[in-house]
Amino acid sequence: MKYLLLLVPCVVALATPLYNTVEPQLFGFPFFFWFQLLLVPLSALFIWAAYLGERRQ
Amino acid sequence: MIEHLNWVATYVFVAFFALVTIMGFVAARWRAGDLDQLHEWGLGGRRFGAWISWFLIGGDLYTAYTVIAVPALVYAVGAYGFFAVPYTIIIYPLLFVAFPRLWSVTHRRGYLTAGDFVLGRYGNKWLELAIALTGILATMPYIALQLVGIEKVIQALGFSGEGLASHLPLTIAFVILALYTYKSGLRAPAMIAFVKDIMIYVFVIAAIIIIPAKLGGYGAIFDAAADAFAKKGGATGLTLKPGQIMPYITLAIGSAMALFIYPHALTGILSASSSDAIKRNAIALPAYSLVLGLIGLLGLMGHAAGIVVSNPQDVVPQLFLKMFPDWFAGFSFAAIAIGALVPAAVMSIGAANTFTRNVWKPFVHPAMTGGEEAVLAKLMSLIVKLGALLVILFVPTKFAIDFQLLGGVWMIQCFPAIIFGLYTRWFSGWALLAGWAVGMVVGTYLAWTPGAWVPVHAVFDWFVAYNGLIAVTLNVAISALLSLALRSEAPDATVPDDYLGGRAIQA
Repeated sequence: MKYLLLLVPCVVALATPLYNTVEPQLFGFPFFFWFQLLLVPLSALFIWAAYLGERRQ
Repeated sequence: MIEHLNWVATYVFVAFFALVTIMGFVAARWRAGDLDQLHEWGLGGRRFGAWISWFLIGGDLYTAYTVIAVPALVYAVGAYGFFAVPYTIIIYPLLFVAFPRLWSVTHRRGYLTAGDFVLGRYGNKWLELAIALTGILATMPYIALQLVGIEKVIQALGFSGEGLASHLPLTIAFVILALYTYKSGLRAPAMIAFVKDIMIYVFVIAAIIIIPAKLGGYGAIFDAAADAFAKKGGATGLTLKPGQIMPYITLAIGSAMALFIYPHALTGILSASSSDAIKRNAIALPAYSLVLGLIGLLGLMGHAAGIVVSNPQDVVPQLFLKMFPDWFAGFSFAAIAIGALVPAAVMSIGAANTFTRNVWKPFVHPAMTGGEEAVLAKLMSLIVKLGALLVILFVPTKFAIDFQLLGGVWMIQCFPAIIFGLYTRWFSGWALLAGWAVGMVVGTYLAWTPGAWVPVHAVFDWFVAYNGLIAVTLNVAISALLSLALRSEAPDATVPDDYLGGRAIQA
């Protein structure tokens, strides 16, 4: 479970063809830019979840 | 020389520089320890909790050169320059999984460097030497590039000069840095990192709010950048060309594999006070990656602001001069210059620790005491910085940039020995050494073309990948095959429990 949580942001970050588009735009940002910027805090949440899971054990 | 100086910006710049200089010397007394011992001078006594580590590692990894180079690349080519974002996303899961194990075994066994660990694990001092020399070689140009960051902002302040005099402010800044690093060791950059990181956060937040407000919003910025790239043509644009996708992915993976095994990154991690502090940093350090992504956008803002520069590395300083009042431009330039001091100090300390422990001690003077180690490492930190300064003074900047590119390719070749070694002793030392040697040669060969050193190579027509990643794949294959043939008889100084945290056997 821990490794799965950590793998998700890596796989998504490296799935470049999925986000290599201009549309849909958000606040004027092409998808390529806002998606990767959004992924940064999301990746931290996944690592945090892995950390909490590890502590509970 | 100073007739075109922007005085307001310069006063602010000098004031902040003076502040961190004082902090650098005072830092010797912070969380006081016996600075005549190498683990005190070179790892801050491993006393840094999660908060201090967050500032130190963040200040250490996200260097001034990054602040200049990432927007420069985005300015020049657009989307492709953004590979720094996926790169800095995937480093933290790796940090979370592997590096608490490295912290644990180094803490338990009293290791200070990657080379110490490799020697303990594989019992092979030639592999230790290979790891150490790779780290030192890769770090040297990296320090030199920090100086480029300082020089860019000093030029933007309006300082000019002929010949060597043009490097006078840089030389003064670097001599000051060298002196307080010599005196205070890792405590100096750890303390200065607080100032540096807060200044960088302030300047980035100001930039992403104020500049778009002046330029008509983000929509207008992206439109202007799209127009500029359309005019420029070639492999530029707001999305990747089909042929850029594999280079983008493999550059991100390869850069991530190299990052934390650089001596300066390891120095930052190993100075943490617990493996839990490292895990919590893996959660919190992405804040810097977000900042890095936003800094990348400055390259696009340069187009919208009509900045035209022949050297893309001037785009950030010129953008700030144009968009902000002088005092804030001075503040931002100080942030960049101080942002160069922290990594330059940690890099020189990392290289000095490595040279002392893994080159000098095993091969020249095995009976060294802890005190003698500290004396040599302090001296080495001065020599390493002097070398970097001489490179900038007498060699074209292009040399340092190419050398740094190769440094990344070389650094990855240490990944199998160090990271696989945290989990298994199945690989043998000699096999890893052979894999390393092949990886170094192949990686360097692939990077060489008649016109220039290049980062990527076409393995097949449809598959263009980062040289470092191609070379390390070969490195792993050879290490694995030879490990089957050459079973290692050498002793392993570590036991499985060493990797799992817990109390230290020796301080």
